[in-house]
Amino acid sequence: MADQATFADQAMEHMPSLYAAAMRMTRNRADAEDLVQETYLKAYRAFGGFQEGTNLRAWLYRILTNTFINIYRAKKRRPDESNLDDVEDLYLYRRLGALEAAQAGRSAEDEVLDSFTETEVKSALEALPEQFRMAVLLADVEGFQYKEIAEILDIPIGTVMSRLHRGRRALQKSLFEFGRQRRLVDQPVAQP
Amino acid sequence: MDHVEEPRSQPKVGVNCSEAVHVLYHFLDGELTPERKLLIEYHLDACYHCVEAFEFEIELRELIKQRCQEQVPDELRLRIKDLLATEAAGPGTKGGGSTF
Repeated sequence: MADQATFADQAMEHMPSLYAAAMRMTRNRADAEDLVQETYLKAYRAFGGFQEGTNLRAWLYRILTNTFINIYRAKKRRPDESNLDDVEDLYLYRRLGALEAAQAGRSAEDEVLDSFTETEVKSALEALPEQFRMAVLLADVEGFQYKEIAEILDIPIGTVMSRLHRGRRALQKSLFEFGRQRRLVDQPVAQP
Repeated sequence: MDHVEEPRSQPKVGVNCSEAVHVLYHFLDGELTPERKLLIEYHLDACYHCVEAFEFEIELRELIKQRCQEQVPDELRLRIKDLLATEAAGPGTKGGGSTF
């Protein structure tokens, strides 16, 4: 049993990452703020049932995720199992590698990686269909393990892995497209 | 340069490049069994092509994490503090628990 009086002391420090996650989920600031506020309120009320000593951060993410799914998904009614362009492993690395070869050995990969702006990376992540976006967000931005993600999203570990895998590849494709739009990687790529 | 398998760089026992790339994410996510992890490490010791690819994925992940940070608006932080204080003081709770 956790004491509600200690909730703020323990939970407030997680707000920056919860808010960042909420921004990626809702894709706009007003909804993200409401989502975080609602999450804290629910968490406070449910805190008596939280087992002290277990993972508070994962517990808060679970509330955040459930709240998002219940409120915002119902509101937006996006098509769910969207067709995600499937690309091969190491998509970005191979594309940029081809570019590097074309430019006679300059280390183009690192340069292009560095050049991706905050807006581009956020847009690429936000462009992923929800289920893939959540998996990538929880793993790559928030650093949760597969088992934690499975619990937060309430899906089997195998599903976590496949969503992550496909989501990451789609994210790479989308980043590559940004690079191409900026004419950073505008050279015809020497391979299909 | 394309990532090609180099027979000469293969350890005698273990995995080849495509097998290594296949479990790249599991490896980087720290989700392989110790035995599998060791096999990949053996391969990486012997194959700089794969090391480059793995390092690229690590850097990409760092980039994504770094670029996706947000600053919590002060106003939101205050709003939540107030809300929790109100909750703590509200009817049905024992009161006196407020730390705000």
